[in-house]
Amino acid sequence: MVLAEDLAKQQRSISVAEFFEKNKHLLGFDSPTRGIITTIKEAVDNALDACEEAEVLPDIFVGIRKVDAEVYRITVEDNGPGIVPENVPLVFGKLLYGSRFHQIRQSRGQQGIGISAAVLYAQLTTGTPARVVSRTGAKALAHRFELMIKTETNEPEIVSHEEIDWDRTHGTRIEIQFKSTLAAKKRLVDYLRLTAIVNPHARITADIDGEVTTFERVTSEVPPCPKSILPHPHGIEFGALKRIAAASTGTVDEFLVGSFSRVGKKTADEMIALAKLKPSRKVNKLESDELKRLLDAMQAVKVPAPPAQQCLSPIGEDLICKGLEKEIQLDFIKARTRPSTVYGGHSFIIEAAIGYGGKIPPEGNAQIFRFANRVPLLYQQGACAITNCVSQVNWKSYGLSQQGLPTGPALIMVHVASTNVPFTSESKDAVASIPEIEREVVLVLQELGRELKSYLSRRDKKKQQDDRARAICSIIPEIAVKVSEIVELPLVDTSPIEGKIMRKIVAKKRTNNGQVHIDVNNYTAREVTFVLYNLSRDAAADADPRPDFVDDIDGEYNKVWRCTLGAGEAWQVVYTGAGDGSLDLRGVEDGMKVVVDLDV
Amino acid sequence: MSREEMDALARERLVGIARGWYDQMRDGIVPFIRLPTRTKRNIAYDDASEVWKYGEKESTRAAANEKGAVHLLKMAYLIGFLKQQLVENRSSTLRELYYISEGWKKAKFAAQDESNLLIEDLEIITEVQREAFHLRPEEDGASIFGSLRIRETTRRGVKEMHCQDDVGEAGYPIPNNVDNLEFVDHDAKFVIAIETGGMYARLMENGFDEEYGAILVHLKGQPARSTRRVLRKLNDSLGLPVVVFTDGDPWSYRIYASVAYGSIKSAHMSELLATPQAQFIGVQPSDISDYNLPSDHLTEQDISALKAELTDPRFATDYWRNQINLQLEMKVKSEQQAFASRGLDFVTKEYLPKRLSEMGVI
Repeated sequence: MVLAEDLAKQQRSISVAEFFEKNKHLLGFDSPTRGIITTIKEAVDNALDACEEAEVLPDIFVGIRKVDAEVYRITVEDNGPGIVPENVPLVFGKLLYGSRFHQIRQSRGQQGIGISAAVLYAQLTTGTPARVVSRTGAKALAHRFELMIKTETNEPEIVSHEEIDWDRTHGTRIEIQFKSTLAAKKRLVDYLRLTAIVNPHARITADIDGEVTTFERVTSEVPPCPKSILPHPHGIEFGALKRIAAASTGTVDEFLVGSFSRVGKKTADEMIALAKLKPSRKVNKLESDELKRLLDAMQAVKVPAPPAQQCLSPIGEDLICKGLEKEIQLDFIKARTRPSTVYGGHSFIIEAAIGYGGKIPPEGNAQIFRFANRVPLLYQQGACAITNCVSQVNWKSYGLSQQGLPTGPALIMVHVASTNVPFTSESKDAVASIPEIEREVVLVLQELGRELKSYLSRRDKKKQQDDRARAICSIIPEIAVKVSEIVELPLVDTSPIEGKIMRKIVAKKRTNNGQVHIDVNNYTAREVTFVLYNLSRDAAADADPRPDFVDDIDGEYNKVWRCTLGAGEAWQVVYTGAGDGSLDLRGVEDGMKVVVDLDV
Repeated sequence: MSREEMDALARERLVGIARGWYDQMRDGIVPFIRLPTRTKRNIAYDDASEVWKYGEKESTRAAANEKGAVHLLKMAYLIGFLKQQLVENRSSTLRELYYISEGWKKAKFAAQDESNLLIEDLEIITEVQREAFHLRPEEDGASIFGSLRIRETTRRGVKEMHCQDDVGEAGYPIPNNVDNLEFVDHDAKFVIAIETGGMYARLMENGFDEEYGAILVHLKGQPARSTRRVLRKLNDSLGLPVVVFTDGDPWSYRIYASVAYGSIKSAHMSELLATPQAQFIGVQPSDISDYNLPSDHLTEQDISALKAELTDPRFATDYWRNQINLQLEMKVKSEQQAFASRGLDFVTKEYLPKRLSEMGVI
């Protein structure tokens, strides 16, 4: 007994702040390298959420300055609506304080832990308070706070508070100093780039130790701010039902219609009948077992999916493509937004894009970009349901090689937008495997795979045609020269082959001993009028025939000839020059022409 | 056939290829050429000559795409060069040919393998050997030791020598052009072709050639064309049986196969190069267990080579199927010199006499 009493003395409650102080990794502060990224991520997420709520185009500044050997000062500033002075200490100095926790809608932040965890991390490693400046509008002065968190109680401690002038009319600025390193600088820039891709309406400027990078916006339309909706009867658990029932004053049917989305009178009656309850019962008077029956009934009755249009904010196919193209040079890009669907009463929309070629590294695994509610997921790629889905798809049938993950110059982006993204942990690194979500991801990737395949086969066909054209227009004539020499007969004319095989308009350029020859042959069955553009450093003063037009730009001459050729006719121009530059034939549809530069 | 006649034939055949292309182009046809497919799936046993030759499968190389066109362009340049060489009565080696292509721009060879293959293609199409194009092999032939008198027409006149009495320990080196070689007389009962230098020296040291009337031929691994032609000639013109003694591993069986059945690469000349009567004396996989020879484990490559041999038509006999399957079961291989574990004389006193009498050679 004495032992139990001794033990009892040591037993006490712990505050959430204390808990997370000891379990930093749960929030993504496992290492100094990661801490910097997590802090910026939390601050930028908050800034974007705030801007969207106020429907302003986000203009976000991220600053990182080395203050001391191991200490960095992180600054994040936005042009959002600002925070009223009373709330500033709570938002930044208290864990689990936030506006979005009780709302059902798509948002980046949820529990109100992130930024205050960064404040906590700062005071833990350097002991310095966080500095917050916020201004709610032109008429108000800005307020500057210096804040810390009392970990034993999880309450904010205001070190100082003053009103100041600030050049921004509205917005919030936070400065935090903590021990860190810039070892993951590339990852940090990647994170900002990815954030810019999925937030194409935001401008993000980063100043990392004096090095400034700007991610410009591609649209100036603010996406509509998702509206919160009532909980869906299929997505509710017993505890939550009990709590909202206790707070309600109406009857059971009023409660069902008024507190849940998509429940009308008819659906409510059906649920009540199934639960064997009287519709007129006061809902706050229901016994536990009656509530349990009601919950079962709510989940047994068919209810339409929650109103996704209202509570979700997908990026959209067009903006995904624009966002990706702006940051990464691609030869091909296609995006898809799936119709909304639902898991366990939570709405979600899967969006995805596939990119190919351009500046994507041609070797190794395809790049996989994962996003949840417009936030890039940087860590734990292997544990993520999205990655798992990517490797489930049979990419070989879409023209990509595959070793688990697809390989080659491809980029795969997947965005999960939901009122409740199922993460595997609090640090929100990986999406948990939920069959409904995985199904949608696989479907969208298959749709995109088919698009990729048709692009690749079009490209291959074009390549094959070019290859053929090169062989016929450039190498066969050389074979002809050699063969004629061997058999000691006059040079065999290979234009019949060209004509027979190509049946097109063929333009050829060949430079020999300082003479540039450009030949155009019309092997089609009808008359064509073409315009020939030859851009090079040759002035071609002695060109025969004379160009119809010459444009001189910085020593480059764009020579233009316009000509009409009957079926089977040929045309030629000769001039003195080096024969560099390029050749282009216009006025003839793409499939009908072959342009070969034999000097290349 | 006289040298002049041979030159004229080679030239006519080469120019014939070019003429074919000339006519095709004049008629508006993309130039092309047909060749037998050069894979093991396309070699067939020819009853008349008792060797393996290319079968019916043909592939077409046409100038319809860049790769095919460049291929024909290279062949055209090569034909032009060989024609010139015949006209000027000059000769060159394969290596020199590869370097000569340096000035051929688009027709330049990327590696010597490429020019070697093209030469083989031309041999197949023209049915004329590369020697007729005045191309000298640079691979050296191996050597002969035994009771054989030969007469060789060399650049310094005709020489006659005896392959036991007039040569050193290394034996008589086989020249590149076997056509200049004549067998005068011999006092031998059979020919034994040996894969490794160590075993060749062992047989010589133990006087195996004298005791059993053997002509020893050192193959030096995969034998050169001239070595194979000499074996064929010894078998053909002197009527001597030929046995092949190699290591007991899949690569050595291929050495035997190229001597006896012809190789896939030169199946177009099997009649000249292969000795269909050549018999495999060992090391047989069964010898490894019968004589408890020291052995090594088969590697992954060994196993896949053995499996490939099971699908090779040249090994499609009961004897080889049994031996190869046995080896795959035992998972080991032995070198021919492993017999030394039973004493330095074991191979010449016991193994070879026993095998030779079983095979009916002595």
